[in-house]
Amino acid sequence: MFHFVLRRLASAVPTLFIVVTLSFFLMRFAPGGPFNLERPLPPATMENLMKAYHLDQPLWNQYLQYLKNAVTGDFGPSYIYKDNTIAELIGKGLPYSITLGSYALLLALFGGVIIGTIAALRQNSFLDFLIMSIATVGVTVPNFVVGPVLTLVFAVLLSLLPAGGWGDGSWRFLILPMIALALPQLAVFARLTRGSMIEGLHTDHIRTARAYGLPPRVVVITHAMRGALLPVVSYLAPCAAALLTGSAVVESIFTIPGVGRYFVLGAINRDYTLVMGTVVLVAIFVIVFNLLVDILYGLLDPRVRHD
Amino acid sequence: MDMQANVLSVRGLKVDFTTPDGDVKAVKGIDLDVKPGETLAVVGESGSGKSQTMMGIMGLLANNGRVTGSAKYRGQELIGLPLKGLNEVRGAKITMIFQEPMTSLDPLYTIGRQIAEPIVHHKGVSFKQAKVRVLELLKLVGIPDPERRINSYPHEMSGGQRQRVMIAMALANEPDLLIADEPTTALDVTIQAQILDLLRELQKRFGMAIVLITHDLGIVKHFADRVVVMRRGEVVERGDIEQIFEHPKEDYTRMLIDAVPSGAKEPPEDSAPIILEGRNVAVDFAIGGGFFTRATKLFRAVDGVTVRLKRGQTIGIVGESGSGKSTLGRALLRLLPSSGHYHFGDKNISNFDRSAMRPLRKELQLVFQDPYGSLSPRQTVGEIITEGLRIHEPQLSRAERDKRAIAALKEVGLDPAARNRYPHEFSGGQRQRIAIARAMILKPKVVILDEPTSALDRSVQGQVIELLRDLQEKHGLSYIFISHDLAVIKAMSDYVIVMKNGKIVEEGETEDIFDTPHNTYTKTLLAAAFDLE
Repeated sequence: MFHFVLRRLASAVPTLFIVVTLSFFLMRFAPGGPFNLERPLPPATMENLMKAYHLDQPLWNQYLQYLKNAVTGDFGPSYIYKDNTIAELIGKGLPYSITLGSYALLLALFGGVIIGTIAALRQNSFLDFLIMSIATVGVTVPNFVVGPVLTLVFAVLLSLLPAGGWGDGSWRFLILPMIALALPQLAVFARLTRGSMIEGLHTDHIRTARAYGLPPRVVVITHAMRGALLPVVSYLAPCAAALLTGSAVVESIFTIPGVGRYFVLGAINRDYTLVMGTVVLVAIFVIVFNLLVDILYGLLDPRVRHD
Repeated sequence: MDMQANVLSVRGLKVDFTTPDGDVKAVKGIDLDVKPGETLAVVGESGSGKSQTMMGIMGLLANNGRVTGSAKYRGQELIGLPLKGLNEVRGAKITMIFQEPMTSLDPLYTIGRQIAEPIVHHKGVSFKQAKVRVLELLKLVGIPDPERRINSYPHEMSGGQRQRVMIAMALANEPDLLIADEPTTALDVTIQAQILDLLRELQKRFGMAIVLITHDLGIVKHFADRVVVMRRGEVVERGDIEQIFEHPKEDYTRMLIDAVPSGAKEPPEDSAPIILEGRNVAVDFAIGGGFFTRATKLFRAVDGVTVRLKRGQTIGIVGESGSGKSTLGRALLRLLPSSGHYHFGDKNISNFDRSAMRPLRKELQLVFQDPYGSLSPRQTVGEIITEGLRIHEPQLSRAERDKRAIAALKEVGLDPAARNRYPHEFSGGQRQRIAIARAMILKPKVVILDEPTSALDRSVQGQVIELLRDLQEKHGLSYIFISHDLAVIKAMSDYVIVMKNGKIVEEGETEDIFDTPHNTYTKTLLAAAFDLE
């Protein structure tokens, strides 16, 4: 197990390197630059800026310099948020995104698995149909629609909850963005769970469990669900990485000071270092969660145990 | 008869399935009685309703199934019994073992836990308390080293061991009745004999009644006290063993008894030329290893085997699972990396690669065991059987290909109209005919038949063997016939090779091998297959 984790962490290094390299050059090949503003800067100012940020040097030098700094944990200054380094920006925003994302992930996972299981147990009934219809809506309606509608109903019309902001970080502020963020993922988990539960309930070993008079609770939870969770767990890694690194849309709608908006702002403004910072952040999350999921997978299924 | 004296008493039992094409009557009102301590065999071919009868009684039908009538366990009605009441009987008073030892156990839990579960739930003890009993049961069913094996997962055990685990589970609460649904069908013959011996011994010891559901009358004769023969959801004949085997009343029963394939094949003349030869064939498989890591171990599946197939000859290769017989077949056709010297006719094909082999493929054909898995469900039968023609005889026009397809289907005894239909519309036997037609349409010289009859009912098996023999005679084909089934090997081949662990343990003319086997393993195989005493 220990060796497995070590090996996986070692293999993360080349993965990160490839991600960084690809995004560095792709970003530079996109037209425009961080200082091409709507009102063009005077050429002298532009030249000074380029020099100050080493953007006048050959691309290769910039790349090597970036790599060198990145290894020491220095991801450079932001070109747009001029007083902040990338590390500061992410360090400030990430706790908000992670907090919100964790709640959303838990809601999506448990909510999705529970209603997916209920739908599977009542396969082809009205309830199954209803749940799956709602799940389809959950996947298809984008959260820039869900968010404002939630705000309109619960904040404006009913005045039950605040319309946005982080406030004191209490559940009253978190609940609406959490739902908006979780809903599409909850729908995916519900569909995955339903499908694999239906399959699981028809296996030979479930027939054995029933033939031996085990109570329905044991048949469903102990035997059918554990196997049915395997595909759900596989989806957990990309989902967790996406939710915990924040959502630009949801954070903008509910004015949450997380890191989600940096993805969009960085890209639009050609804020090279900010984009690179967010890319590395997501890559690390994906790598870490994939590793956690593989370990979890081994715990659930003895056939793929890593020794 | 006093109904109370029976362990199980079934009256007018019906099982129906609702399907999109209307209701299917799987069991059409049958009566059965099982007396304490006896063994009742319920015999029939696929689709006879023998399994669905028991599934219906035990409340294990699929969602679209419905059971009506009466089934009393010691006077207590089971049909319509609420789940709670039913769950007090199943797993405690009546237990079951199933055909599929590979999938009937939950892959995610240790066997110890799975055996303990029925004890825990029916006796209300903890898993810890149940452990002593589990160890005792594992010892009872002959699992070696139970203290260690109790923590094994099903995938770490062989098929025979898993079936022993199922038996341990079945005995855990000392049942009155054990329903064994084709308990040995998926197992090798020697393992089959061991499992049946174990069941018989345990029955003697604990006195439970056994209902044995099977298609194999060979087992029944040595194992059961009474027989019920089922066909298309009805009981066609019932009686005790002697009566059924000595004086069967119904033609169907007689057919089942006689269905053991008969006949023998004359060897080709001594002057017949060797058409396919493999000398010192060896195949290694890598075990373990991943994308970046080297394989940790090599497993030698076939170990220095020499096969010489003469024109018109049928060599039967017999062995149990893992003996390397199928791998040998594929190596002889150069379908997998192997070492050795290979000749086809007068060509040395030892160093032929994929593309060099391609023109020869037409003459070297292969028919697989699984008539369900080996035909693409998305192609029509016509497309399936003419696919080879498109590659090997691309000059043929569409009309000519169609003509060949019609001829091939007729030759294997199928209606030529079949070519516009899809494989799922056909029965197992018909599908195997389609697979044979696919090979024969290319007019091959050598056909390797890998367990072509193993997935079929005995009665259908006989027909397919008949067909293969006719085709051989008509076209002067040479066969390599791979099977675990000695009865089929005996009927098909004139020369037999017995394999174990990748090596030939004995070979010779069929008659000699079957009449005077020299090797102990061959003797064990023969004993297990033909004489269960």
